[in-house]
Parts: sequence; C-alpha cells; structure tokens
Amino acid sequence: MNALVHGALYGVVIVLCLLTTVAFGVWFERKFAGRMQSRLGPTRVGPYGLLQSFADIIKLLQKEDIIPADADGSLFTLAPVLAALCALGAAAVVPFSPTVIASDLDIGVVWVLAVGGLMVIPTFAAGWSSNNKFALLGGMRAVAQSVSYGVPLVLAVLVPVILSGTMRISGIVAWQTSHHWVAVWPVIPGLPAFGLYMLAMLAESNRIPFDIPEAESELVAGVTTEYTGAKFSLFYLSEYVHTLVGSAVASALFLGGWDGPFAPGLHWMALKTLTLFALVYWVRWSLLRFRSDQLMDLCWRRLTPLGVALVLASAAWVQFAPGAH
Amino acid sequence: MQSARRGGIDPHLSITHYDPEADLMLLHFGPQHPSTHGVFRMDLHLDGEVVIKATPYLGYLHRGVEKLCEKLTYVQQTPVVDKNDYVSPMTNEQALNMAFEKLMGIEVPRRARWLRLLLAEMQRISSHLLWLGTFTLDLGGALGGGSTVFLHCFREREMVLDLFEDITGARFHYNTHTIGGNRHDLPAGFAAKARAALDGIEARIGEYEDLSVHHAIFVARTRGVGVLDGDLALELGITGPVLRASGVDHDLRRDAPFHAYDEVPVKVSVERGGDCLARAKVRFAELRESIRLCRAALDGMPEGPICGFKPIRQPTQSKATSGQVYVGIETPRGELGTFLVANPDAPTTPYRLKIRAPSLHALSALPYILPGATVSDAVAILGSLDPIMGEVDR
Repeated sequence: MNALVHGALYGVVIVLCLLTTVAFGVWFERKFAGRMQSRLGPTRVGPYGLLQSFADIIKLLQKEDIIPADADGSLFTLAPVLAALCALGAAAVVPFSPTVIASDLDIGVVWVLAVGGLMVIPTFAAGWSSNNKFALLGGMRAVAQSVSYGVPLVLAVLVPVILSGTMRISGIVAWQTSHHWVAVWPVIPGLPAFGLYMLAMLAESNRIPFDIPEAESELVAGVTTEYTGAKFSLFYLSEYVHTLVGSAVASALFLGGWDGPFAPGLHWMALKTLTLFALVYWVRWSLLRFRSDQLMDLCWRRLTPLGVALVLASAAWVQFAPGAH
Repeated sequence: MQSARRGGIDPHLSITHYDPEADLMLLHFGPQHPSTHGVFRMDLHLDGEVVIKATPYLGYLHRGVEKLCEKLTYVQQTPVVDKNDYVSPMTNEQALNMAFEKLMGIEVPRRARWLRLLLAEMQRISSHLLWLGTFTLDLGGALGGGSTVFLHCFREREMVLDLFEDITGARFHYNTHTIGGNRHDLPAGFAAKARAALDGIEARIGEYEDLSVHHAIFVARTRGVGVLDGDLALELGITGPVLRASGVDHDLRRDAPFHAYDEVPVKVSVERGGDCLARAKVRFAELRESIRLCRAALDGMPEGPICGFKPIRQPTQSKATSGQVYVGIETPRGELGTFLVANPDAPTTPYRLKIRAPSLHALSALPYILPGATVSDAVAILGSLDPIMGEVDR
C-alpha cells in the first residue's frame, strides 16, 4: 500500500477513535468526579448518562456564535481551529500497535514535541484577539507556562531516546519490547523521567494543578472567556485530545507501548493510555492550583536541573552499563 | 490614619507607586466574577500580574435593610435582618433581638440563652464549613480539587441545616428568635441526632485538613500571602477570625459574654501569622471548638421556658419610647453590632437601626494588603477574609 493512502486511512481512523474516546472520556471523568464528590454525575442521557457528551456537543453547536466588538475577528476564529489541529496532529506518529501508526516518522519524538509545543500559539492568539483583559492575562500565563515546561518535557523524552538510540517512536517501543520498559529499568533515569514527563505533560496541557491559563476562579475562564458554542467546544476538545495524546506518548515512550502478554498489542496500548488518562483526572479532582510564579519556580529550579541530571545519567548508563545495547 | 499606611502607601489617595513607564492595566474585578463571593467589585491596577493599587467598590447588594426596619415593628424586623448575613442568619436574629431586650430590660430565660448558644455555635460550624468550601474553590477551581472539598463541606453543612430544620421548620431563614427568647424549642430526640451529626462532622475535619491546611499546594498558596498586621486590623475595626489570625486575642464570647457563654467558657484560638494560612487555621480551630461547645450545650441544656416576654397577640404590643442601645455579639465573621434608637413618636418602630457588619470592616483591609500580591493572591486574600456581601451592603 502506498504510504500516503496508508497514512490517510489510519489517520482518519485514529482521529475518529480519539474523538470517540474523548467523548466517553468526558463522560468517564464526570462520573469519576461525581463519585469522588459523593454525587452521581450524569445520569439522564442514555444508560448511566453515557450519551451525555453527545448531548453537550449538540447543545454547544446550537449556541450563538459571538465575536466580541473590537475583537480581531479572523484571528479569533482561526485560534480554536489551530488548537484542535495541533492537538490532533501530534497523534499522527503515535504507534498504537506495530502496524497501527498513521505515519511512522523517523523523527517521531521531535514531531510530537514540536506539534504539541505549537499549541501555545493558538492559545495566545485566542487570548490576544479576544480583546478581553482576563483572556489576555490567561494568554500571557499560557505562553510563560508552555514555553517553560517545554524544557523539562524535552529532557524527559530524551531519556528513552538516548537509551534506545532512536527517535522513531515505534523503534523506542520495539527496543523496550526486547529490553525493558524505560520506566522500569534502568530505574534511575527511567522512573523519574516518567514522573517528570507526566508533570510536564500536565503543565503543557494546562491541567490541574497547572491549569493556570484557565484558572476560572481567577480569570473567569482565561483564554476561552469570550468563546461560545462551536469555537469553545473546539478548545475544550483540543485540551482533552492533548491530554489523551500526551498519555499515549507516555505509555509508548516509558511503559512499553504495545508490549504485554496474553492480549494483542493494541489492547495493551489502549489500556496503558487510558490508565494514564484516568490518573490525570484523579490528580485533577484532588489537587488545588499552583500560582504562576510558583509554577515557574518549580520548572526552572527543580524540574529542569532534574531533567539535565536524568539525561546525563541515561547517557552514562548507555556508555558504561554492561549490555545496555 | 498615619500608622495605617504600610510602607508609605496611602491606598485611598493615589497611586504613589505609579511609574509612567510601567503602563498599568486597570482590571475591573467583579461584580460579575466567579470569586467575588456575590457582587463585590474591585478595581485592580496591574503591572503585569502584580497588583499596584486596589480599590474596592461596595453597594451592589444594597437593599436598604436599615431604612426598611425604621418602618417595621420590632417583631417584624427579625425575618428581614435574617437575610443580611445569609450564611449565618441565626446570629443576625440574635443581635437584633438582644438589642431590643437590652433596651427594654427584658430578661431572657436561662434555657433560651442556652438554646441561643447552641444555635449560634451550630451556625458557626455551618458557616465555617461553607467558608472552607468556597475558599478551596477560589484556590482550586470549580473544575478541580477545590470543588471536591466544596461539595464535601456542603454535605456536612447539610447535616447542620437538617438539625435547624428539625427545630424551626426552615433550612435557611429561620425567624426563630423573638423578643425575650425563642419561638421553637428542641424537638424530642434532638440531642441524639445532633450528637450523631456532630460526631460525623468532627470525624471528617481531619480529612478536610489533609486537603487544605496540611496540603503542600494549599500551604504554598496561602503562607505569607495577604499578611495583615494586628495593629492595622485593630485600627480598621476588624474583628473575628481575621483579627485573631493577626495575633490579637479578642473574642466577644469570652471578653463580653452574652447568651450562656459565661457558663460555658470558650477557648479562643489565636494565630500569629496574619496571612491566609493563619486565617484558615483559626477557622479550623474554631470549627473544633464549636463542636465542643455544641456538645456542652446539649449536655447542660437546662429545663424551663424558652421565652420570657409575655405572649404577643399583636406586633404593636412591643414598644420602646426612649433610649438608645448598642449590642455586639461574636458571629462567625466577627463582631456583629446592632445600634438601636427608640422613636418616641412611633414607639413600635425604631428611630434608627444601624447594623455593624464584620465583613465590611474585613473588606476595608483590602486596599492595604492587596498591593504587591498577584491576581491569584488577590482571589485567595479576598476568600480568606470571608466576606458576605449581603451583610456588607445590607
């Protein structure tokens, strides 16, 4: 099969799967949060409220599309579309099984980081073009946060890259299949790097305790303050997809991706991804929010040095440990 | 006001910090904002995210309660002042009725005074629980860990409201206090149910502490934030937990006992920090102390009548022709005062009713403690003062 047709076919399937997962993921999160808060969560639409997300989508699409006076109309409209594109684009190189990959790039790791990092541009564009001070503050915070947390994210991702000696994500998974999962062995760069990745991923996708650009108790709704209806739902969607793809990348880079006994690789990959996805929810509904400057402090004074140390440790491991390759 | 100026800043006059190069942004924070606890507004002059000057604006919830009361008889006023501090209606009723009782020299029977103590302390529990919930909501967001604490606090608060419903038939605006005593006595089996509820609440306070004052993120967000000096707090007339968190040992329940507080001694909790964390710790300590006081009130509740005033057939029978009186009681937010001037021309109504709201004084600290904080801190500081706009604007 020609690579273009293969990519397009798998791309469409993967995007549809992601969107469906997000729809039920939102339902799961609301049920989960409801149980944590001793209430029921959605119960009305469909059995156990399963169709709640679809009802929400229909509701959001019916809403009036408002562009505020004096807003930069074209940028205001472009921003949510770009955000959704960036979030979905990163999924292109994620290997869900040895064959289910939309595009098995040899620089897949760079692609994921670059496209994920691009999210900051639509976020700031939304904050700037809204002509709203709360949105502007949210956009400022988003830029500072995403640019800063890109650094520990890259450093964390470098650990499996150095250990396996490839930047192709499917290659990293294959290396883990024949050696060990990165998060398991070698423990010293591996497990902390996994933790570092998860923290930086939470910050990149603006999740609690790092949801500072949104911070609805401070900035009303941050960058999305002025957005309504379909455009708002695109931001909402991109945030969820970003988290989901981040979880998928984490399970591919650190938890052995499709590697696992008894079941097909796709099942293992889905299981690991969804477990990490649920972990993000768990954190979200348990913790409070950091302040902007504390977040920067954590990033530059704690996480970045830790990341550098981990990269050096993994390089040393590859160089000196017997049988590392 | 010289000593009230911190670091040479007089917040009421001008932006002394103003640097033309800095190009400040004016942010209208409220009245429609998720964290302004109702309809409060402040204008924040921001340099980036740092507040340079803060100006609070009040009055969005003004309903003219004091003026309205000048046209109502003394009995009719109780359900109106209920709505002032809508998180703690019991203490509003008590402050109003105690003023008229003091003006007329009406003796309140011992059981009624114990009953009022019990109701006041139960109200303090429910009020502090609501404060904790909304404060974590400010710190953690409606879509996050904050709302988890919020909803759990509401679950416990419901237990207190259930008890109030058993006594008065109403969950929120009770109209249970009257001149000379109370209208509703404790129903049969109340003590057992109340003890069970108190045990349930006490068992969960530790959980809330783990999610708030013992939690690293909560401490990082509140320690050293919004430090209020004890002298400044006294000068601004701040009372209640906010004052006690600034190291001033002052509580009307102990210093000027009302109800039955002379028979049930109160252990007053004081913190030295003066920051948001200290305010949270004081309120947690008060939560525990209120549970102890409620148990003591249930144990020691004397028998007897609950109203010392002769039964009123018509509201016009309660009259005052001369004199003026001030009564202050300790509510969950501080000293709630009622100043009453009798009207010789229309003896059934007051000439003037002035309510001294503790939240109003707490809010007056904002221009002093907000400069230098960030927008995130501003939300935390405002929440830690526990303002109830219904009482501030009246």
